Amino acid sequence: MKHIISVLVENKFGVLARVAGLFSARGFNIKSLSVGETIDPTVSRMTIISAGDDQIIEQVIKQLRRLVDVIKVTDLTGEDYVDREMVLIKVNAEPKVRSELMQIIDIFRTKIIDVAPRSFIVEATGDNDKINALIDLLRPFGIKEIARTGCVAMSRGSKSKK
Amino acid sequence: MKKGSEIIVECLERENVKHIFGLPGAVLCDVYDVLHDSPIDFIICRHEQAAAHAADGYARVSGKTGVCMVTSGPGATNIVTGLATAYMDSIPMVAFTGQVPTTMIGDDAFQEADIAGITRTITKHNYLVNDIKDLARIIREAFYIASTGRPGPVLVDLPKDIIHSKTKFEYPEKVSIRGYNPNLKGHPKQIEKIAVKLSEAKRPVIYMGGGVILSNASREVEELAHMLNIPVTSTLMGLGGFPSNDKLFLGMLGMHGTYWANMATNNSDLIIALGARFDDRVTGRIDKFAPDATVVHIDIDPSAISKNITVDIPVVGDVKEVLKHLNEEVKKRIKSKPKRTEWFKEIEKWKAKHPLLYGDGKKGYLKPQWVIEKISELADDSAIITTDVGQHQMWTAQYFKFKKPRTWLTSGGLGTMGYGLPAAIGAKMANPKSIVVNISGDGSFQMNCQEIATAKTYGVPFISIVLNNNSYGMVRQYQTIFYKKRYYATDLDFNPDFVKLAESLGAEGYYVDDEKKFIDIFKKSLKSKLPVVIEVKIEKDEKVFPMVPAGGSVKDILVD
Repeated sequence: MKHIISVLVENKFGVLARVAGLFSARGFNIKSLSVGETIDPTVSRMTIISAGDDQIIEQVIKQLRRLVDVIKVTDLTGEDYVDREMVLIKVNAEPKVRSELMQIIDIFRTKIIDVAPRSFIVEATGDNDKINALIDLLRPFGIKEIARTGCVAMSRGSKSKK
Repeated sequence: MKKGSEIIVECLERENVKHIFGLPGAVLCDVYDVLHDSPIDFIICRHEQAAAHAADGYARVSGKTGVCMVTSGPGATNIVTGLATAYMDSIPMVAFTGQVPTTMIGDDAFQEADIAGITRTITKHNYLVNDIKDLARIIREAFYIASTGRPGPVLVDLPKDIIHSKTKFEYPEKVSIRGYNPNLKGHPKQIEKIAVKLSEAKRPVIYMGGGVILSNASREVEELAHMLNIPVTSTLMGLGGFPSNDKLFLGMLGMHGTYWANMATNNSDLIIALGARFDDRVTGRIDKFAPDATVVHIDIDPSAISKNITVDIPVVGDVKEVLKHLNEEVKKRIKSKPKRTEWFKEIEKWKAKHPLLYGDGKKGYLKPQWVIEKISELADDSAIITTDVGQHQMWTAQYFKFKKPRTWLTSGGLGTMGYGLPAAIGAKMANPKSIVVNISGDGSFQMNCQEIATAKTYGVPFISIVLNNNSYGMVRQYQTIFYKKRYYATDLDFNPDFVKLAESLGAEGYYVDDEKKFIDIFKKSLKSKLPVVIEVKIEKDEKVFPMVPAGGSVKDILVD
C-alpha cells in the first residue's frame, strides 16, 4: 500500500542522506521524496512516498523517529490530507497539432511556459492522478523530457503539524 | 578565546573522562599537545579497532561512556568494526576521528575518508564539525546522546583547521535537542495491564536481555522473579543480570541455549521480555516461537517493539524505571506467592531429559567445558570474563556461572572475533581490582593479539585463555553437521607458537594439555603482575550443543 509520510527534520547537511539511507539499508524503495524549508528556516519538511505493508511502514516510521535529526514523523495516509506535485513537460508541438494540444492543456488548467518552433514546455500542478492523466494524454504527441518534483503533502484543517 | 584542541580536552575533562583509547596521527597533534597537561590518560593501542573495543570494554564494566580517538582516513576506517560492535550491543561510546581541513574535504586529500558517511548506519549519531563555534556543543551532545535512551556509539569528526582555530569557549550546561527525547517512564496503564496478566499466568517466563545490564535493573528483575516465582532465562547479552546459581535461573535460551530454557519459553503462556529484542538467534523460526504466549515487551527503544515478534503489551521505557513501577503494582495485587508446582515440575523434566553434559577428554587434550567450569570455580564472583566469537564464546555462556552484572563482555550482536582481548584491557582499566579473564579460540585470538603489548606497556594484567583446536571451530562444526564433513577454509593447521608469541609481546605464556597442570597454572596466573596467555589444547571435533539450527524451531534442537 502507498504511504505518504511527512517528516520534519533539522535543516542540516547530511540529514537527507540519513533519512534516505534508512530506507535503502532495508531495501525499501522510495517512490518520491521532496524536501524544502518550512516557515522556520532551521527546519525542513520531507514528504516521502513509499510502498509496503503496514507493518513494514510502521517499522520505517519508528526507525525514522529514532534519528536524532528527525523532529516529527506523521503518516498522512490514514488522515485527511492534500497533496500536490509539480511537473514540467517538454512536448512536441508541430504547427498542425498545436491547437489540439492547447485544448488539452486548457482543460487541465495548466500553463505553457515556453514556446519554441517545434515544442512547448507545459507546467502543471495537481495530485498524482492528475499529473499522470496529463502525461498519458500528452504522450501521443511525443514527450521529449519530463521533470517532476515529487509529491508535497499536508494534513487538512487548521491543525498545525509545525 | 580558546583553540579547538583546548576546547576538546576541556570538554572531555568536564565529561569526567579518565581514559582515552587511541592511536596517534599527525592531524591530531595539537590535541595531544593539550592532553600532555591534562589528567586524562591516553592509552596508546596497537590497532585502531582494538582502541574502539577497549573503549567498549571500559564502558561495559564501568557503565560510563567509553572514549576512543584516532586519526583521519585509515585510522578512522579501522574503528568501523569497533563502532558497529558497540552499536549492535547498545554500548555508550564517543569516538573522535581526525579529518583533513574543511577546505580540503572532498578533494581526496591525503588520509581523507568520509567517515561520517561510512559510519552513518553503525552509529547512534555522528557529527562532522565544520564550524568551531559548534565544537563544544557537539561534544556535549555526543556524550549525552551516547549515554541516554538506548545507549550507543556517537562519532565526532574533527577537521584539522577546526582543531587549530580559536573561538570563545562556552560549555553548554544543558543539552536540548528537539528531535531527541528518550522516554524513561513506561505508560502506567500498560504497566497495570502487565500486573493483571502476571496474576493470571500459569506458565510465565522472564526473558531478559542486555537492556537489563545497561539500565542496572538486576535487582528489580530479581525482586519480580522472586515475588511471583517466575523462572528466568537470559539472552547472551543478559548473562550476569540474574545470578546463575539462583534456582529460578534456566540459563541462556536460543540457538545454543539450554534445552529446558528453550522448552520453557516455547511452552509458556506469558513471556515478559526485558530489554531484549527477539533476535533471530533467540527465536529461531518466528512462526513457531512460543505460540501460546502473551508477549509483554519492555524496552526503551520503540523501534525494538514488534520488530520481529508481534507484542501484546508493549511498554516503552527504561527497564529499571518500568520494573520499579511494575513491582509496586504487583505488590498491591499479590496475596501469596504462587507455587507453580506443575510448571516447575515440567521444567525439571526437560532438565532431566537433556542436561548440559560433556564426556571425558582424550589424553593430551582438555575438555573446553571443563576448562570453563574450572575458571568459574577458581575465579571469584566479581571476575570479569571477556570472549571473542565462536565455539569458546558459547561454551563460556553455557558453563561459566555468572553471578553479577557487568562481568560478562562479549560481542553479541555483531559477533566480532578479536573483541575479547582489547575489551579485557578496557575492562581492567575500568576496574583494576577485578580479575579479568579473556576466553578465546586460536582463530579469534590472532585477530588482535598484538594488544598484549599494550597491556604490558600499561601494566594491565589479565589472563587470556586460548582454546586451541587448530581451526575456525564454529564454522567447522557447521561443515560437520550441515555439509557432510566437507571441510573447507576452516583448518588452521599452522598456528604460531602461542607461548613464544605471548613472551615476545611481554606476557607470560603457558601450554597446557592436562587438567592438573591447568589448575596449577591458572591459580598461579591469578597472582601475576603480567598479562598471561594460557594455550589449552582441545580436540578439533569438539562441538557446541545443544544447537537449534538457524531458522529452525525448538523441535529441531540437536543435543549431541
